Amino acid sequence: MAAVASPTSLESAPRIMRLVAECSRSRARAGELRLPHGPVATPVFMPVGTQATMKGITAEQLDALGCRICLGNTYHLGLRPGPELIQKARGLHGFMNWPHNLLTDSGGFQMVSLVSLSEVTEEGVRFRSPYDGDETLLSPERSVEIQNALGSDIIMQLDDVVSSTMTGPRVEEAMYRSIRWLDRCIAAHQRPDKQNLFAIIQGGLDADLRATCLKEMTKRDVPGFAIGGLSGGESKGQFWRMVALSTSRLPKDKPRYLMGVGHSRAFLHTLLHSDNTAALHHLTVHNIAYQLRLMSAVRTSIVEKRFPDFVRDFMGTMYGDPTLCPSWATEALASVGITLG
Amino acid sequence: MKLSLTKVVNGCRLGKIKNLGKTGDRTMDIPGCLLYTKTGSAPHLTHHMLHKIHGVPAMAQLTLSSLAEHHEVLAEYKEGVGKFIGMPESLLYCSLHDPVSPCPAGYVTNKSVSVWGVGGRVEMTASKFMAIQQALQPDWFQCLSDGEATCDETTSIKRARKSVDRSLLFLDNCLKLQEESEVLQRSMIIGVIEGGDVMEERLRSARETAKRPVGGFLLDGFQGTPATLETRLHLLSSVTAELPEHKPRLICGVSQPDEVLECIERGVDLFESFFPYQATERGCALTFSFDYQPNPEETLLQQNGTQEEVKYVDQTKKSKTTSCNQEMTSFEINLKEKKYQEDFDPLVRGCPCYCCKNHTRAYIHHLLVTNELLAGVLLMMHNFEHYFGFFQAIREALKSDRLAQLKELIHRQAS
Repeated sequence: MAAVASPTSLESAPRIMRLVAECSRSRARAGELRLPHGPVATPVFMPVGTQATMKGITAEQLDALGCRICLGNTYHLGLRPGPELIQKARGLHGFMNWPHNLLTDSGGFQMVSLVSLSEVTEEGVRFRSPYDGDETLLSPERSVEIQNALGSDIIMQLDDVVSSTMTGPRVEEAMYRSIRWLDRCIAAHQRPDKQNLFAIIQGGLDADLRATCLKEMTKRDVPGFAIGGLSGGESKGQFWRMVALSTSRLPKDKPRYLMGVGHSRAFLHTLLHSDNTAALHHLTVHNIAYQLRLMSAVRTSIVEKRFPDFVRDFMGTMYGDPTLCPSWATEALASVGITLG
Repeated sequence: MKLSLTKVVNGCRLGKIKNLGKTGDRTMDIPGCLLYTKTGSAPHLTHHMLHKIHGVPAMAQLTLSSLAEHHEVLAEYKEGVGKFIGMPESLLYCSLHDPVSPCPAGYVTNKSVSVWGVGGRVEMTASKFMAIQQALQPDWFQCLSDGEATCDETTSIKRARKSVDRSLLFLDNCLKLQEESEVLQRSMIIGVIEGGDVMEERLRSARETAKRPVGGFLLDGFQGTPATLETRLHLLSSVTAELPEHKPRLICGVSQPDEVLECIERGVDLFESFFPYQATERGCALTFSFDYQPNPEETLLQQNGTQEEVKYVDQTKKSKTTSCNQEMTSFEINLKEKKYQEDFDPLVRGCPCYCCKNHTRAYIHHLLVTNELLAGVLLMMHNFEHYFGFFQAIREALKSDRLAQLKELIHRQAS
């Protein structure tokens, strides 16, 4: 089993989320994910280890920083070194010698954003490999197959993702297709006992489309849900409203993964011009430590029933005065009952 | 500082340098090497990772070429470069140049020497040079010197003579300035032996430098291609014969295992450890054996391994990297090669380093192919540890009178 099974739900997906505390004011929750490679305290920030490495940081350093789950990119790993080799190396855990948890994405997002010659059809995403020029189809089935070979603890459905700034019928088409692809992923998933398949809520910035997607996808009994299709250039005001809508309709007893936020691309590598990469590594360690410590502090504040105060202190430190806090943030917090200043 | 020799065997000196450092309680083994750094940090390695390496030398090498341009910041910092770079416990030796990046020739005058940093040329007179050393406060530092007698293909006697004259003048000036500086009383000046390829000038340089109150000697101008070192070994013996026994002899620009042994046999004590760094930069792992008394089973396994690798190296692969145009040697394997794609063995079987204990050749290959920074981190850790292990083996071989066996083993692996 992928987690400790609750006695009443043998047929449904295991409940991998244990709620430890909830903020009485906002919707903040502190919890614990029970995954095959150990427990993970939430809320949590997942460092991105795109190509089976967290940039210049070793697995041991990451472990020492308290990281218990990190992310790998199926698109990159599927090309180099490829699922067959990783399987021979005892999965992604074995290949990179990472003892804790891994989450892999479906490969769809990178495909669409990185590959200029990609084409989405009902079958899947058709693209040309940048390394050998071969044409490949990434279907829901193939994505799950690769992720099964990688052996990550959480795997993501292949979704039809469109830019959040897109409008028109394409957004609706992508939303409905993502539901159909979710079902195909569920059907193709060979290892539900060892790997937890998450659905990804789409619908762009359209509240109706998102609500429809939520209604449909929550009918499927998957172990967890991701909120997708955001962090693509939309305004912060639109962003938080879609997040709030999603969290209001997602089941409380399952984890929520907000995709594309707090990405490793924030590291400003190019500004350092020493001739020694060690400078970058110091910075990376510091940045990861900061993000992990922040999440840990958030969690503690929820458990100790003082999350709203924590938010006020944090904003105070970041912006100096409550009036200097950006309006989208003020509105978002107000919508869940937290006022600043 | 006190150098005590345990024994001298066929010109090789085995011993310890004691009473080193600001507190006078540090010790260094000879023959030994210095930790190579770039801008005050071991390449690719944070302090955390550096401390995971076994056998890191007690003394690290800093280069003036990387630090001279930061002189004002260091002067304001006041507490010395050791603390600044986060290595307050380490002994520090400051050389003029970086052995990996040779500097353009033609910039030495009677009054100044130039080094090249990332920001460009820094010209130093003796007083500016000593002011910089005051800010750095290293334990040892190479004296300002003229090392360009061997830069050109043909070394003229005139140029060789000039290099000796200038270096002695710089030395006398720097010694005088040191007397006047309280801060630098605890730092030791290393006198530099110059003279190009002219025996007469080399001997003069050695004898004259030895008359001055220097803490040790740097043998400069013996670096170059493997062929050129060979022709200079004779010179090297003659030079060290002129130097006092109880002061350490350093050499710059020589770091390959076979060359290290040749120099030890000619009275050299300390070496730079840039060879493991160069291997790292070309995506290579040091795999040469220094186990001169293996058990029979291991010999068989190793022989099978070595045979394969020796066969491969016949086609010398030239790896172009930004920091070294050096060719790969037969002391290493190139992890970029396709044959390592599915090799789940560690870099070197039995190696106790972090990389070999945790990762496979296949993983390093993947990191190199995908241009990931972690490749440099892991390779550097392995290469340093392997190299420091080699020096430990040299000392042990000398102690048990088995150096000939070690030398033969290394020679067998040199292409």
